[in-house]
Amino acid sequence: MLKIENLQASVDNKSILKGLNLNVKSGEVHAIMGPNGAGKSTLANIIAGKEEYDVTNGTMELNGEDISELSPEERAHNGVFLSFQYPVEIPGVSVTNFIKTSINETRKAKGLNDMPAKDMLKMIREKSELLEIDRKFLSRSLNEGFSGGEKKRNEIFQMAMLEPKLAILDETDSGLDIDALRIVANGVNKLKSKDNAVIVITHYQRLLDYIVPDFVHVLHDGKIVKTGDASLALELEAKGYDWIKEEISA
Amino acid sequence: MSKYTEDDLREELETKEYEYGFYTDIESETFAKGLNEDVVRAISKKKNEPEWMTEWRLKAFEVWSKMEEPEWANVTYKKPEFQEIAYYSAPKQKPKLNSIDEVDPDLLATFEKLGISLEEQKRLANVAVDIVVDSVSVATTFKKTLGEKGIIFMPISEAIQEHPELVRKHLGTVVPPSDNFYAALNSAVFSDGSFCYIPKGVKCPMELSTYFRINEGGTGQFERTLVVADEGSFVSYLEGCTAPSRDENQLHAAVVELIAMDDAEIKYSTVQNWFPGNSEGKGGVYNFVTKRGLCETNAKISWTQVETGSAITWKYPSCILKGNNSVGEFYSIAVTNNFQQADTGTKMIHLGKNTKSTIISKGISAGKSQNSYRGLVQISSRAENARNFSQCDSLLMGNKCGAHTFPYIEVKNKSAQVEHEATTSKIGEDQLFYCNQRGIDTEKAIALIVNGFSKEVLNKLPMEFAVEAQKLLEISLEGSVG
Repeated sequence: MLKIENLQASVDNKSILKGLNLNVKSGEVHAIMGPNGAGKSTLANIIAGKEEYDVTNGTMELNGEDISELSPEERAHNGVFLSFQYPVEIPGVSVTNFIKTSINETRKAKGLNDMPAKDMLKMIREKSELLEIDRKFLSRSLNEGFSGGEKKRNEIFQMAMLEPKLAILDETDSGLDIDALRIVANGVNKLKSKDNAVIVITHYQRLLDYIVPDFVHVLHDGKIVKTGDASLALELEAKGYDWIKEEISA
Repeated sequence: MSKYTEDDLREELETKEYEYGFYTDIESETFAKGLNEDVVRAISKKKNEPEWMTEWRLKAFEVWSKMEEPEWANVTYKKPEFQEIAYYSAPKQKPKLNSIDEVDPDLLATFEKLGISLEEQKRLANVAVDIVVDSVSVATTFKKTLGEKGIIFMPISEAIQEHPELVRKHLGTVVPPSDNFYAALNSAVFSDGSFCYIPKGVKCPMELSTYFRINEGGTGQFERTLVVADEGSFVSYLEGCTAPSRDENQLHAAVVELIAMDDAEIKYSTVQNWFPGNSEGKGGVYNFVTKRGLCETNAKISWTQVETGSAITWKYPSCILKGNNSVGEFYSIAVTNNFQQADTGTKMIHLGKNTKSTIISKGISAGKSQNSYRGLVQISSRAENARNFSQCDSLLMGNKCGAHTFPYIEVKNKSAQVEHEATTSKIGEDQLFYCNQRGIDTEKAIALIVNGFSKEVLNKLPMEFAVEAQKLLEISLEGSVG
């Protein structure tokens, strides 16, 4: 699915990723953990194609295709989805209108006609039930005046609607209370299949109680320094990150 | 928003040059350039006007001759050479047309290019269209249906002939010729326009619509519109315009007067799309318009405008809330791109008791344009319990454009409640990246954000117009990023 080799990237001449390798296969869930400033969000943004980062070295392939030269929207059309840590507000544009535009633009890129309104309505109904989203919520302006939990739930709702191949959840657990966390995690689990993959970026182990990863990677100083299974997350939770730093420098 | 057809919009977004920038070769009869008393007389004679009308024009000309062109607006431009303008131009054809078959086929083709073919209008839109091409109305439709209700909707030149008492009674009562430089000029030389009268208690059964169009190089156009809604009547009036692209400035100085008598309501909507000049700021229409409405007791006037065109816009649709309990509304979207300059807003003059006004202004600036909101809320000493709510929002795209707000508030009665809110925002990289990440390209993302920003005003437009307005917003902002 996603194959990253020796990825190096910087912003404003400051090196952030320093030779990162990551191989994610279909059907897998990978968790990327690490202390603040390790480059977790940078990695998410670079996979999604944000332009402010300079990729200075390395390769990035999605299903065997080099995506490093593609625009963010082209990557999205190829099935990359990023659940933002801080989703933006777009006043006057309803959640429904936004998701409709998003779906139809993606279809258009694939040479398909707009999704018939009837089908879209059915899909919205199904997915909003899945994520326990109130109908009224869908008519509100995108993220405007949303609580932290509503914003994150809206991200996962969009993910459900767009059915991406590769979903990257950037700190989706931050700002969620325990009920919202469970709903969001259940949503992600229900959307998981053998044909897609999920990268969960998180600071804490908490979300991984609900979304159980196949692999846990520790990102430190722009590199993945340790990889393990779900138990690694528990170990990190118990011991913090310092022991890993020590292990590296030793 | 049900007619939000993205594929159409995309196609138009890819069209770089001004979409309606074609020129129709219709034989025209044009006066020699220049303005003096004789020209004013000649215009009046050409139109076979009665003596009182000629005198009215001459008086206006005299007033205009003594006036100076105003300079207070936040715009800079090369002032028009008023003696270099031809003040009359009419497509050459039979003076009276009984059916559409008699209209010049080239002209009809022009309308088809604009997507407003009369045939289609007739069939689909339930809209009566009084078409003005180069100053003289050439076709009027739906006259009969309207006639049955006693509604008069005709070129003002015809109204002067057929309903002189009505025109004479109301013309210039809301915007007197001495009001300002351009109103005086218009009063002296106006060539044509629309006249509309809704009798007592009549609700006009359809949207009345006028499409304006400037044609014939070097010809200024001076429209005159007069809408009179008698007691307890209602009318919704639509005005939309396009112009051929031209490498010289074109002056447009229109006057619109609305009169809403007791318990009457007038809804006046404009979509303005004149040639804004090219991307270097060359050419484009100068739009100096005076629009004002008078509200008697319990009357209501709503102005809704979507301004995307013109090189220079100078326009303040206003309401004089004379009668008690009268209501004035102003909903505006003004878009400027490239080198466009707009100074637009409204005046709400509260004279009567319990008068209420609402101002919602949305300014969108892109390129190197300057966009100013200028508004006056005036509460007179007799206006007990007057209320106003104003909201002025500006949206900036890029770092080279400007948004300005000049709100004037004059309150002479302590019971007044006046609220003013203003916001300025910028389309952020983060918003664009978010949309991009959802598969929406940047042009489309901007259209989405701008439409969201303008929604409160777009919602005030009649459905057909709202769709057209959305398209215009997207066309106008094409190429404004990157």
